Amino acid sequence: MNRLELTGLTTGPSQVWGGIRLVPLVREAPVAGLRLGREVYEGYGSGVVEVGPRTHYTSYIPHGLVADWSGEGTDSAAYGTQLAGRDGTGSPGSPPRTLTLPRHRHHRLAKRQPGNRLRFLPQHLAMEGYLALHFGGPSTAWEEWSRQALRDGLSPREEDAYLGWSVRGLGDALRTFEIHPGQCGVMVYAADALAAAFVVPHPDDYRLLHPTLVQDLYGELVHQYAMYGAPVAAFGARIADGPHMTLAGLRAAARGQERAWSEAHDTLFARELLDTSYGFDRVYRMGSFTLWRFLPPFLRNGGGQHIGETITDHKGRVAYLKTFRLSEAQIRRGHLLRRLADADWELSRAAVALGTGETELTRRIRDAGFESLLRDRGR
Amino acid sequence: MTTETFAEDVLLFVNAAVTATGQREFHSAAGRQQLSLDFLHEYVRVNYRRVYAASLALDINDHNAVRIVQGLLEYASEASPAEKRAEGRLIAARLAKLPPQRVYRLFRGLRAAKVNNRRTRAIMRDWLAARPDPAHDAVKYRAGLRTAVRHAHLPLDDGAAPAGELGAFLFRPGKLPRYRHGLLDAWRRAHYEQGAVAELPFTVAEGFAARHGMKRAAFLERMAPRMTRLERLRTQGQRGGAAPQERAAGTDLTVMPLTRLALYVLSLDAPARLRHRDELTLALRTAARRAAGPHAGRWGRVAAVLDDSYSSSGSGEKRRRPLAVALACHFLLEALAAPGAYAPLWTSGARDPLLVRPWGPTPLGLRVLDALEHGPERLVIVSDGWDNAPPGLAGEVLRVWRTRLDPGRSTSVVHVNPVYDADGFDVRRLSPGVPTAGIRDAEDLPALVEIAQFSEGRTGPAELYAYLDRQVARFVTAAPSGGPL
Repeated sequence: MNRLELTGLTTGPSQVWGGIRLVPLVREAPVAGLRLGREVYEGYGSGVVEVGPRTHYTSYIPHGLVADWSGEGTDSAAYGTQLAGRDGTGSPGSPPRTLTLPRHRHHRLAKRQPGNRLRFLPQHLAMEGYLALHFGGPSTAWEEWSRQALRDGLSPREEDAYLGWSVRGLGDALRTFEIHPGQCGVMVYAADALAAAFVVPHPDDYRLLHPTLVQDLYGELVHQYAMYGAPVAAFGARIADGPHMTLAGLRAAARGQERAWSEAHDTLFARELLDTSYGFDRVYRMGSFTLWRFLPPFLRNGGGQHIGETITDHKGRVAYLKTFRLSEAQIRRGHLLRRLADADWELSRAAVALGTGETELTRRIRDAGFESLLRDRGR
Repeated sequence: MTTETFAEDVLLFVNAAVTATGQREFHSAAGRQQLSLDFLHEYVRVNYRRVYAASLALDINDHNAVRIVQGLLEYASEASPAEKRAEGRLIAARLAKLPPQRVYRLFRGLRAAKVNNRRTRAIMRDWLAARPDPAHDAVKYRAGLRTAVRHAHLPLDDGAAPAGELGAFLFRPGKLPRYRHGLLDAWRRAHYEQGAVAELPFTVAEGFAARHGMKRAAFLERMAPRMTRLERLRTQGQRGGAAPQERAAGTDLTVMPLTRLALYVLSLDAPARLRHRDELTLALRTAARRAAGPHAGRWGRVAAVLDDSYSSSGSGEKRRRPLAVALACHFLLEALAAPGAYAPLWTSGARDPLLVRPWGPTPLGLRVLDALEHGPERLVIVSDGWDNAPPGLAGEVLRVWRTRLDPGRSTSVVHVNPVYDADGFDVRRLSPGVPTAGIRDAEDLPALVEIAQFSEGRTGPAELYAYLDRQVARFVTAAPSGGPL
């Protein structure tokens, strides 16, 4: 498996607000046997995650997602949640509301919970996969690498991201967006560059999670495009008319406009997401579903590159998907680390593979922010 | 300036004055609305003063009526004596129709703007003289009345109250140990005596009740006979504490105006609407028949495309207003159409008008096609003009229909829009070939269809002026009999 398989999801007509374009993804029938819920955390998004013994990191974590493959839907409660109607009486039939007990540390990024549930931190799985890219640093003690690089590797590595609120127009676009019946996902474009894709298994889950898009993380490029990009043009329907037009012909032409949009979107807009081959990394297996995270090939000049996480069913079809668009600098860093690792961290071999000289490569490593890795020989 | 731009500007302003209230809408914020309105008012006042005044005679909303009155009085020097006389009549007629709190707020605005010419004082004097009960106003609109009297140096006409009491009440509180007028004295006693609270108008009593810590439900039950119709409706969920969803007695729905009633229906949740289905439907049908008046059953085969997409939920300030207008139009069109010749099409595909809710996208294009398949004589589209599934399809369908399928105009298509678009200074249009009119209350639909014909460009400015003059004449003569709704 090296591609994203979005079969079963059809594209609806986009809705435009300023520089933001939102494209709904509609399912004919919801994915059977999987539901996604939301756990809200206190502390306005600041959270600490224990990723291993004596290892933890701090990040912005407004909420976690709970995947439930028990087949019981959202009617059963996990620890730390309480079921209540809107009036607080918990009358049967009223939609459950999730309230979480205060919790200071998240143990692990993905954590099994009682009753066939898995709590995971959206976007963090993907981001951690990217950050841990060759985290250990050089595997061979070539003399160019500093002692610190050999001892600690790329520690600590951090990346910047922008909160959805700070992406100009995104909040308004999500507020005024009219959710389609059966909608299970959305693709977010800033200045017509794909910023994020989000897919869930069930329309009700989508309705619940739609507002959380504004609390998600977005890449630097997305923020800049939304900030400086001009308003994008709405796709306008055009019907070619002739003298022999009939009402039935008009209806056929109108239907054709809907189809044309759907095809244009998949081949024109979402191509970079769907045609790239990814490296998938299995995180958790839950029944017939599997939680993966994926990394792009880090090709230079290859258009937008996305990292993300996904839940697929046994046929490899996407039930859940969340992506994050990397900025140019992030792609460059990933590319560099990949090439260095491929060459066993030997600078001269890596320079040949990259088609440059050793001095140039050293400069590139320094420019990419990995200065502390190199032994300070020049000065 | 060409005559075409004149007609365009006038219609632009009328559409804005009907729909815009300077409040938040689904798509644009309150600040933008106000900026946009400010510009329009100034532009029309400076360039077409006569039209600016004449629009008071049209079915524009109260917010804009007050703004126009203030604009006319504030810039009185720009008008000739003959214009001033005509304006004075229009202003007096309009003020008589406005709710009193709006007029008192207008007086406060005039005071803040330091407008105190002879004409303004005369207008204030005449309006106050026509108020039925000065003592009631003194209690209910205390600050407003005081401001008006003080600003215009008006003699206080005590009416039923003994001489000098009203002045003492307004300007020297605490001077008289007791008032001989019952209402004024009740207000004095209500400060320390719970029994007197029930003698006051509801909004005034509410404050005293809170001060005395009276139980809300019991207080409302006692006040019910003294409330206005809308106050009774607004508080009925809080009265009769046992079953808050049940409608409390004491409100006759069939006498309510149509759009108000639609707003009330939409404020109920689905089970309550189902439980009172017969009663609500009867009330809506009665109100619609009353609004249709002489036009009832005269419109032939009618099809309606009614927007119940998510954006029809309006905003926190205008909650569900666009949807209520659509619902009211549904019942009105049902009354206007020939019996059995009415085809309603909601964008969400809903079949039961009583259970509509704002939900989902706006596939207006396909619904228009569905409506045209019924072969109607009139097609009415009620929508906020945002067509998004896919965008622009409704405009294309209507264009092809007009140019290729029905060039002889055997079907008349009208788009009415309840939402002002702050960026466009107008209501959003679906297609240039289809006339669009702003709408606030569904009751105005027959009149608006008439206005909408001007925006199609088939009638010239001469007709437009004639239309305005007709409206002004009707308005000025009819005003004294027709009270506020």
